[in-house]
Amino acid sequence: MNTVTKLTLKTEGDTHIIVTRRFAAPPEAVYRAHTDPKLIQKWLLGPEGWTMPVCINDARPGGKFRYEWSHPKQGSFHITGEFIELKPYSKIVHVERMHLPDPTPDNHVETRFAPDGEGTLMTMRMTLPDEQTRKMMLSTGMEHGMEASYARLETVI
Amino acid sequence: MQSSFDLNASFAALADPTRRAILARLAMGEATVNELAKPFEMTQPAISQHLKVLEEAGLITQRVDGTKRPRRLAKAGIEAMDQWLGMLRKALEKNYDRLDEVLAAMEPNKSGFTKKEKKR
Repeated sequence: MNTVTKLTLKTEGDTHIIVTRRFAAPPEAVYRAHTDPKLIQKWLLGPEGWTMPVCINDARPGGKFRYEWSHPKQGSFHITGEFIELKPYSKIVHVERMHLPDPTPDNHVETRFAPDGEGTLMTMRMTLPDEQTRKMMLSTGMEHGMEASYARLETVI
Repeated sequence: MQSSFDLNASFAALADPTRRAILARLAMGEATVNELAKPFEMTQPAISQHLKVLEEAGLITQRVDGTKRPRRLAKAGIEAMDQWLGMLRKALEKNYDRLDEVLAAMEPNKSGFTKKEKKR
């Protein structure tokens, strides 16, 4: 079970990151969990201790979203973004930026859901943030519980 | 954290096999350009070019020792890249473990998967 659902994270060239993950539910369910605010609020929380008090989205092409996270000790921050393409139940394309509080450069994210037996193979392609953005992300406290050993660069070293 | 470190430049620098081999050699300890050039059967200028790319990416540093400029790994650069990717991986793993539970809770109500798609 664990090997089946294990997450992979690879760099693509020097500008993108590709993440894959399998889920034991059909693409319809996984897609809905990515677009329904009530469901998003239950899982898109990052490290332990963070909650998402605000989760607003307008899941249609051109629609905007705003997600706010809060942590009892680390404070809070939010992202805003726009949906570019929504193809039920196979594809979501959106851009997002973090407000820390100044907005970071746009991260372009493409998420695909493909049937995989009884379940779903999700493939997410996202932009590698620049150095400044990466630093700010670390400084939000999202690194809580981070272990550098998780990040062996299998693809390059 | 090192301010000159650039994640994108680091990945570009690591894309080249010779540069990865140079990093592997430097992982064993400091080395001069001459020492680095030998095993690769490359000219000094060619090696110097690779070193320049690695240096600009924040992956190696040099110090002055008389006429020599020994290079060594810049630990901060490598670790900063690992640290950010580690943070991302950890956050995503947490997210998707939680999503597994959300999906499991949705499972009994199969019809629910499709009914709620609102066209607004």
